[in-house]
Amino acid sequence: MIKKVVSNAEEAINGIEDNMTLMLGGFGLCGIPENCINELVKKGIKGLTCISNNAGVDDFGLGLLLQKKQIKKMISSYVGENEEFERQLISGELEVDLIPQGTLAERLRAGGAGIPAFFTPAGYGTEVQEGKEVRAFDGKMYLLESWLRADFAIVKAWKGDTLGNLIYKATARNFNPMMAMAGKITIAEVEELVPAGELDPNQIHTPGIFVQRIFQGVNYEKRIEQRTVRAR
Amino acid sequence: MLDKTGIAKRIAQEIKDGYYVNLGIGIPTLVANHIPKGIDVILQSENGLLGMGPFPFEDEVDPDCINAGKQTVTTLPGSSFFDSALSFAMIRGEHVDLTILGAMEVSEDGDIANWKIPGKLIKGMGGAMDLVASAKHIIVAMQHVNKAGESKLLPMCALPLTGVKCVKRIVTELAVIDVTPIGFKLIERAPGVTVEYIIASTKGKLLVEGDIPEMELD
Repeated sequence: MIKKVVSNAEEAINGIEDNMTLMLGGFGLCGIPENCINELVKKGIKGLTCISNNAGVDDFGLGLLLQKKQIKKMISSYVGENEEFERQLISGELEVDLIPQGTLAERLRAGGAGIPAFFTPAGYGTEVQEGKEVRAFDGKMYLLESWLRADFAIVKAWKGDTLGNLIYKATARNFNPMMAMAGKITIAEVEELVPAGELDPNQIHTPGIFVQRIFQGVNYEKRIEQRTVRAR
Repeated sequence: MLDKTGIAKRIAQEIKDGYYVNLGIGIPTLVANHIPKGIDVILQSENGLLGMGPFPFEDEVDPDCINAGKQTVTTLPGSSFFDSALSFAMIRGEHVDLTILGAMEVSEDGDIANWKIPGKLIKGMGGAMDLVASAKHIIVAMQHVNKAGESKLLPMCALPLTGVKCVKRIVTELAVIDVTPIGFKLIERAPGVTVEYIIASTKGKLLVEGDIPEMELD
């Protein structure tokens, strides 16, 4: 019998140890696995390599792990908006690998899809090219980029079912679907967990085969980085 | 001389009916406010939204609906959401018609630098390298000179590159300039700006042919 449902974040992150490589979904603070991040902070797991598009802000998201110096290396596309991150980077406490955003997304997808490498034009002629194979296709130059995989992928979805099928909401989808594919073990935290059969199969974004553990999260803050509104 | 809104207004004239457009952060974002009447344009936000709408009213704010600048936004009739891999498939696959972005430097070959200043903190390139490597048409919106008064239109970029030979057109507070196989070419002057002033403000090779018209802005 398939049993993917765990009771909470504490049970979900069981097996995550020091020095492991984790993928964490989200773009900025949108669609991040808040419950699991809080639990990683609480457990004090250290030496982590974190693959995530961004690094949170000082007091939220991955910034919480940075504050406790639990991250050894970040693999990201954009890491602004975080003073503690800057401090650790300048002092040499933190390693950073910056990757073009589309290349990051495709390396994750490739990792989950069993494609060890692919050619992309992003970064040709820049320092991103250093050490990489360059090849021309139809007169345009491309870089060889390799897949990314991880010990654990931690994703956040809007709705999920007991078989691990996931539906994301709006732009909170972002990197979550590719990461769900690329983790050896994928943990999904969802706002609403329902019995298998309640979600419309036509609407599933991540099929349950990619998800090993799932739980309904609590107390989502969903902090907004740039609250922009217009007047009525 | 134009202000930022003026630059955005002039760039808005470049947008054709039916275009799918990706707007970068800063001046490019302002372009959305000046799209001419009767022109249908669909904005792509690389975090996973096609058909980006205006900022929400206070009671519509949804933390799950943001743009690439992490600002809260809305959808429009016909909008769609998707993941980051699909988003960059739209971009690299040349399905996006026009990319408008800012720059620190542009070279007369069309190289662009806009992500890193050595010695200063590196925030990352985000989606800029993917965008400039693949867009069918790239317009740069920027100031003609930097804060130190030095030209940002150069024979070669001094800063680390974001992409090579990709910029097609530059709109600054002074001029509209194209990148051609033989260097920069002056297309239009901003209201009240002389050709001589533009030449003096441009360090790269600048081709000036015949009478240069003044921009028409409403």
